[in-house]
Amino acid sequence: MSIKIENVSKRFNDFVALDRVNLTIEPGELVALLGPSGSGKTTLLRVIAGLEVPDEGRIYFDSEDATDKDVGEREVGFVFQHYALFRHMTVFENVAFGLRVKPKKQRPSEAAIREKVHGLLNLVQLDWLGDRYPHQLSGGQRQRIALARALAIEPKVLLLDEPFGALDAKVRKDLRRWLRRLHDEIQLTSVFVTHDQEEALEVSDRVVLFDHGRIEQIGVPDEVYDHPATPFVYGFLGHANRVESRVDHGFATIGRARIAAPEYPAAVGATGTAYIRPHDLEIVDDAGQAAFSAKVEHIVKLGSTVRLELSDLSDGKPLETELTREGFDETSIATGDTIHLAARRARVFIDAPAASKETA
Amino acid sequence: MAAVLDKPLPEAAPRRVARPIGRPPSRSRWMPIALTTVALAYVTIALFVPLAAVFVEAFRKGIAHYFASISEPDALSAIRLTFTAAAIAVPANLVFGVSAAWAIAKFDFKGKAILITLIDLPFSVSPVVSGLVYVLMFGLQGWFGPWLQAHDIKIIFAVPGIVLATIFVTFPFVARELIPLMQAQGRDEEEAAVALGASGWQTFWRVTLPNVKWGILYGVILCNARAMGEFGAVSVVSGHIRGTTNTLPLHVEILYNEYNFAAAFACASLLAFLALVTLVIKTVVERRFLKAAR
Repeated sequence: MSIKIENVSKRFNDFVALDRVNLTIEPGELVALLGPSGSGKTTLLRVIAGLEVPDEGRIYFDSEDATDKDVGEREVGFVFQHYALFRHMTVFENVAFGLRVKPKKQRPSEAAIREKVHGLLNLVQLDWLGDRYPHQLSGGQRQRIALARALAIEPKVLLLDEPFGALDAKVRKDLRRWLRRLHDEIQLTSVFVTHDQEEALEVSDRVVLFDHGRIEQIGVPDEVYDHPATPFVYGFLGHANRVESRVDHGFATIGRARIAAPEYPAAVGATGTAYIRPHDLEIVDDAGQAAFSAKVEHIVKLGSTVRLELSDLSDGKPLETELTREGFDETSIATGDTIHLAARRARVFIDAPAASKETA
Repeated sequence: MAAVLDKPLPEAAPRRVARPIGRPPSRSRWMPIALTTVALAYVTIALFVPLAAVFVEAFRKGIAHYFASISEPDALSAIRLTFTAAAIAVPANLVFGVSAAWAIAKFDFKGKAILITLIDLPFSVSPVVSGLVYVLMFGLQGWFGPWLQAHDIKIIFAVPGIVLATIFVTFPFVARELIPLMQAQGRDEEEAAVALGASGWQTFWRVTLPNVKWGILYGVILCNARAMGEFGAVSVVSGHIRGTTNTLPLHVEILYNEYNFAAAFACASLLAFLALVTLVIKTVVERRFLKAAR
């Protein structure tokens, strides 16, 4: 089923949680809503579910207007951040709940419920836990039970609120790969909220970036990472060096170098900020070609990559570059050395008057 | 120079070693003992001795007299009335307390703060005042007095007044117990239930209520203890009519004022016994409650 969100706004007193949001989610897609806390992503998820009523705008499931439908009528599976398992019920009863509360006419027989629940527990690979209570399970197990419970009512849409937020790093990684595989298997239109960029980029078909109640960018993971549409996205997705820049007639200065900035053909003497990913700062031998000359302050080895923390010789501002372990081992760089850097790729944004909030 | 430095060391070092690990250095060892003694003495004088005295006095004239005192018609009537008042007040406040706590903890509405304050009112008002308020409202000279008399309904100096006063005084117990518990549990499970298609009623019976059952039982026990033991408010509205509007605590007072000490203490021992039973149940429930909360 497709979901169409049309001009949805929501306020909580003075706080604008959603500001005229438009978004279409295709059938069978797995979409990540990504953004910092308070950016409105969870509110949107709850509006889709019907747990929150929008002040303005409509929600369509396929072509049907679902805005005025109750949560229960929308047939959505919702997985809560803290699982919200019924603590006084066994795992089995938790999963069976959605079937047991159906009106008598639609309620499956006890045998059918039993079969369905065991099927779901097998799907999440936890059939052996049926008699346990939620507090006897680990976080990862609880999350999978919550998922099985949500799937029991055969929802048309699966909504997950920070599904891996409360788990430790290792479990989180396993579980998100598992979720991706599960999604490929059951092909259910799914939306999940996360503040973890890695999670969004790894798991989703498309990423929707939120900030201050607005959508900043929508795109497939590669696209949003390689071509961020706004300074916010650049700052939020991955690391980026920020460098002051002057933009003139479609060209921008980055340190001592000039690069093309075709987005701004008419700019004259505009001040802007250039964003350069650390791995796009290349170490070069020739100071003449380089945009920056910098002193190596720290060398941080992080598994397969090596991060150099630098300070720009001209103004002392910090810069960061990343090399592969092999690439680093071929050089003889040591702390205190002076190196020269060129920008392989950079993106300049002219500072908007309101841009001060993005730099915070 | 070296000799000067060496000298204080042998003294200082053993002192540091002798100090027990984990005990604050400035407090001496007799402090905790003294505090425990004071607390024990206080509990003995203020609680244990009076409680023991009740039972000793009750049996002073022998077991036969004891049972005669608690089985004479006026005493039996007082016991019956006490149980009747509690049997009405406790369920009434149970229903009210659960609904109020549910509304306060799970929904947002205007006037929530006022409702919370109102629930606390019986705790902050002297019971005598609450009794007087009922006299003012339902008494012969009260607001509804003439109307009630015209329709031949007696509230003050009758059983309904006693029940009303008991309800008022015990009104906060269940709600007070449940509100923080339900607030701490949050709305997640209810939202999950609703998202799974449960109706409001199903959500309440299958999710909300089972999660607070021990809290409810705890509140009911406290409510019941107070309902049976209430003196002030009931005394004002009762009129002290023997065999009709005397509750057990009022009956004790009357016997005592008549210098019938053995009988007074015999009836008092019933109340004390009820209190002890309540304490035992309360302790058991509390333990289950804490276990369930984990």
